Amino acid sequence: MGPTSDLSLIRRQPRILRRLGREVNPGDLVFRALTSLFAATVIVVLGAMAVQMWRASGKSLAHFGLGFIVGTDWDPVRDSYGALPFIFGTVVSSLLALVIAVPVAFGVAIALTELAPVKLRAPLGFLIELLAAVPSVVYGLWGIFALAPFMRDHVEPFLAATLGFLPFFQGPYQGYGMLAGATVLAIMILPTIASVSREVLRAVPDVLREGAMGLGATRWEALRDVVLPFARTGLLGAVILGLGRALGETMAVTMIIGNRSEISASLFAPSYTMASVIANEFTEATGDLYLSALAEIGLLLFFVTLLLNVIARLLVWRVARPTGAR
Amino acid sequence: MIGEPGTNGDAGYRRRKITDAIFRWLCGGAVVLALVPLASVLYYVTYRGIGGVDLDFFTSLPKPVGETGGGMGNALSGTLVLVGMACLIGIPIGVLAGVFLAEFPGSRFSTVVRFSADVMSGIPSITVGIFAYAVVVLPMGRFSAIAGSIALAVIMLPTVTRTTEELLRLVPGTLREAALGLGVSKWRATLWIVLRTAAPGIITGVMLAIARVGGESAPLLFTAFNNRFWSQGIDQPIASLPVQIYTYAVSPFEDWHRQAWAAAFVLVALVLLLNVTAKVLVRNPVRGK
Repeated sequence: MGPTSDLSLIRRQPRILRRLGREVNPGDLVFRALTSLFAATVIVVLGAMAVQMWRASGKSLAHFGLGFIVGTDWDPVRDSYGALPFIFGTVVSSLLALVIAVPVAFGVAIALTELAPVKLRAPLGFLIELLAAVPSVVYGLWGIFALAPFMRDHVEPFLAATLGFLPFFQGPYQGYGMLAGATVLAIMILPTIASVSREVLRAVPDVLREGAMGLGATRWEALRDVVLPFARTGLLGAVILGLGRALGETMAVTMIIGNRSEISASLFAPSYTMASVIANEFTEATGDLYLSALAEIGLLLFFVTLLLNVIARLLVWRVARPTGAR
Repeated sequence: MIGEPGTNGDAGYRRRKITDAIFRWLCGGAVVLALVPLASVLYYVTYRGIGGVDLDFFTSLPKPVGETGGGMGNALSGTLVLVGMACLIGIPIGVLAGVFLAEFPGSRFSTVVRFSADVMSGIPSITVGIFAYAVVVLPMGRFSAIAGSIALAVIMLPTVTRTTEELLRLVPGTLREAALGLGVSKWRATLWIVLRTAAPGIITGVMLAIARVGGESAPLLFTAFNNRFWSQGIDQPIASLPVQIYTYAVSPFEDWHRQAWAAAFVLVALVLLLNVTAKVLVRNPVRGK
C-alpha cells in the first residue's frame, strides 16, 4: 500500500475500488478502457472491410456463383462477367515478379546483414528502402516512358533471339505487357522482401555464425549450413509478404501491363490484372451487376491477400517475434 | 559439409575459398542491381520533370485539352487537404492504439490487435478504396474529399499503431519505474513521460506514414475522384497529385506528359524529403538515449 500522508501523490481510493481489494487509480481504469477502445478500432476496421466487400459483391456472388472464377467472358454490354483472365494476369505477373525479385532481395539481405562493412549497412539499407518510398504512380510513369521502350528495343529482342523457341518468348515486341508489368512489380516488392529478410537474418543468434566459423567454415558455408536452416521459415514468410504486395499492387501495373483481358502464353503479350480492372472500370461501372462484379474481384483480392498475410506473419513471427522483452 | 584441414588438402581448401568469393560477389552484385532502378527513376524524374516546375505549376489550374500551359495548383492543395484530414483521423487512433499495445501487452486481445495491424498493412490499397466507396461514397451519393481521406486514414492506421508501439518499447523501463515510484499514476506516467520521451521517434513514424499515403492514387480513384477546379469543400470531389499524374501519363498529349513528369518530380521530392528527414531524426528516436 502507498503512503497515506498528505504529501502523497496517490489519491485516496474511492470506496468501491477499495472494496475490490486492489489498489487501482480510477484514471488508470479510464486510460486503459479508452486506449483499448482505440486498439479495438484496428480489428473493427479490418472486420468492417470484410463485411462491406462481401455485401458490395452480393449480387454478383448470387448471380454467378463459382462460375465467376472460371468464366473468361467479361462483357459489360451483355452483363456477363467472368474473372479468369484477370486472375490469370494477376497470378502470372506476381509469380514472375517473385522469380525476378526473390534472388536479388535475398542477395541484398545477406549482403546487408552478413557481408557489407558495418558502416555501409545502414546507408545501403536506407537506399533500398527508398525504392519502396517511390509512389506507385511514379513507377507507372517511369514504366511507360523509360522501361517499356527499353524492354521493346533491348530486352525482348534479346530474349526472342536466345530463348525464342519457348512459347513464352514469341510474338511481337510491344514493350507494354506481362514482362514489363512483372519487372515493375519485382522492383516494387524487392524492398519488402529484402527488409523482412534482413530482420529475420538479424534475429539469428550471432553465436551460431561464430560457432560455424570457429570450426573453420567460410561465410558461405556458415550461411548455408547454419544461418539459412535457422531462418528458413522467416524467409518464406518474407517471400509470401512480397507475393501479397504484388497481387494487390495497382497503379504501376495498370499503366504498363497493357490492359487487355487475354490469356496468352507469351510474356510479351498484354495482360490485365484484378487490381487494374477495378482501377480502370470502377468509376465507369453503371449497372448494379457490373459494379458488384468488380467488387467481387476486390473481395477475392482482399481474402487472398488477407490469407497470405496471415500465413506470412505467422511464419515471420516464429523467427523474429516483434514483442521482444523490454 | 565443412572440410577438415589435412584430409581435404589444398585443392579442397581452394575450391571452398572460390565458392565463398563467388557468393560474396553475387550478394554485392544484388545490391548494385537493386539500386539501378532507383537511380534510373530518380534520373528520369529529375531530367524530364525539373523543367516543368515553375510558378504556374504551383499556382494555376489545368488548362483544357489542346491549350498548353496551366499548372497543378488544385492537385497540390488537394493532396495537402486529403493527407491533412487523413492525419486528423488516423494519427490519434493509431497513436492511442499503439499506446495500448505497448502499455498493456501480453493479453490475448493485444496480440490479436497487433496481428490485425500487421495483416492490415498488407491489404491492397485498392480494396481499401472499395471499402471507403461502400461506407462513405454510396451513402453520400457522390465522390468527396472526406471519402478519400478516410481511405488514406485506414491505410495509415496500422503503420502508425505499430510504430508507436515499437517506440514506446524503446523507452527505458527505469524511466517508467521512476515515475511510478514517485507515486504518479500510470496514465500520467505514460502520457506525460513515456510518450513525450518517445515523441521524436513517433513523429518519424508518422512522417513515413504521410510519405506513403501522400503518393497513393489507387484508393483515391473512386473516393476523392478528381476535380479540374479548386476544391469546393470536403463533401465534393477533389484533385490530388498522384491521380493527376496518372490521368496525364495515360493521355496522348505531349504537354500533359511534360506536366505529369513535373508533378512526379515534385511528388518524389516531397516523399524523399520526408524520408530523409525521418532518417535524420531517427538517430535519436528516444530522448536522452
